[in-house]
Amino acid sequence: MSQAAAIHGAVEPAESPVTPESWGKLGMWIFLAGDAVGFGTLLAGYGVMRATSADWPSPYDVLGINLTALMTFLLICSSVTMVKALEWLGKGDKGRAQNYLFYTALGGAIFVSLQAYEWTHLIHRGLHINGNPWGASLFGTSFFLVTGFHGLHVTAGVIYLLSILRVVARRPSPAASYNAVEITGLYWHFVDLVWIMVFTFMYLL
Amino acid sequence: MASEHKHPNYMAIFWYLAILTVVEIAVIYLPLGKFTIGVLLCALALTKATMVAMYFMHLKFETRTLGLVALTPLVIATLLIFVLLPDGFAVMKRTADVKAATNEPAKH
Repeated sequence: MSQAAAIHGAVEPAESPVTPESWGKLGMWIFLAGDAVGFGTLLAGYGVMRATSADWPSPYDVLGINLTALMTFLLICSSVTMVKALEWLGKGDKGRAQNYLFYTALGGAIFVSLQAYEWTHLIHRGLHINGNPWGASLFGTSFFLVTGFHGLHVTAGVIYLLSILRVVARRPSPAASYNAVEITGLYWHFVDLVWIMVFTFMYLL
Repeated sequence: MASEHKHPNYMAIFWYLAILTVVEIAVIYLPLGKFTIGVLLCALALTKATMVAMYFMHLKFETRTLGLVALTPLVIATLLIFVLLPDGFAVMKRTADVKAATNEPAKH
């Protein structure tokens, strides 16, 4: 064992060359790049279906943007509370960091609730996954698929944030959880970034 | 212990993002062509996404290689549009053909 450990210790680099702070950060970035390909595929497919459809409804008229503009603003705010949590943790103020993490999770939870409200409203007006009264049935399919995939990410993010909140609370030193919170932040900002794209391409364009 | 990042002015980024969102909503009401509005919206969305990645996700303070990792999906998605377009146009042409055939009754 000691021989193997000696060999591997000599071969394996001690730190990630791309992200010197931690391997975990590199892992999250690679996961996010893969996830972004997933969203990119959905949005590219959406764009092509829409561009080549003869009777694609005008998203602006069907979906309305007042509520979603508010949801966009909410996600931007939750991104700010996320960076504030990390900033306070870096300054050694565990209490404030925990508060901001909680606000971030709360913002995410409100976002998903508003999305549930929006979906219910649209379904009552006749927008279904397999058809709608306004035109191409793929309009409903792509809408529910893309916003649903994003909503799922927000839901997972809220659970992730609450778990990390527990980790921060349990570790006595704020510095010990700095890296974990930074990696959580990467995921959360990514979800915000994706929503910026979804809001522009599926609601405004 | 890992060294901590310099923290950029997050509130400034927040205001930029909020203002750009308002601009985006204003753009769709402008008396411009559909194509121009589309280009403007894409540019605004990409600007906002870049700001989130650069400052909130600290990409500005990371190594160049990590930036390349982050940029790859955008390249793949853009290429994918060109991969899918021929199929889309083929379906569009077939739909138009079927419509023309059903609308025009046989002349002979």
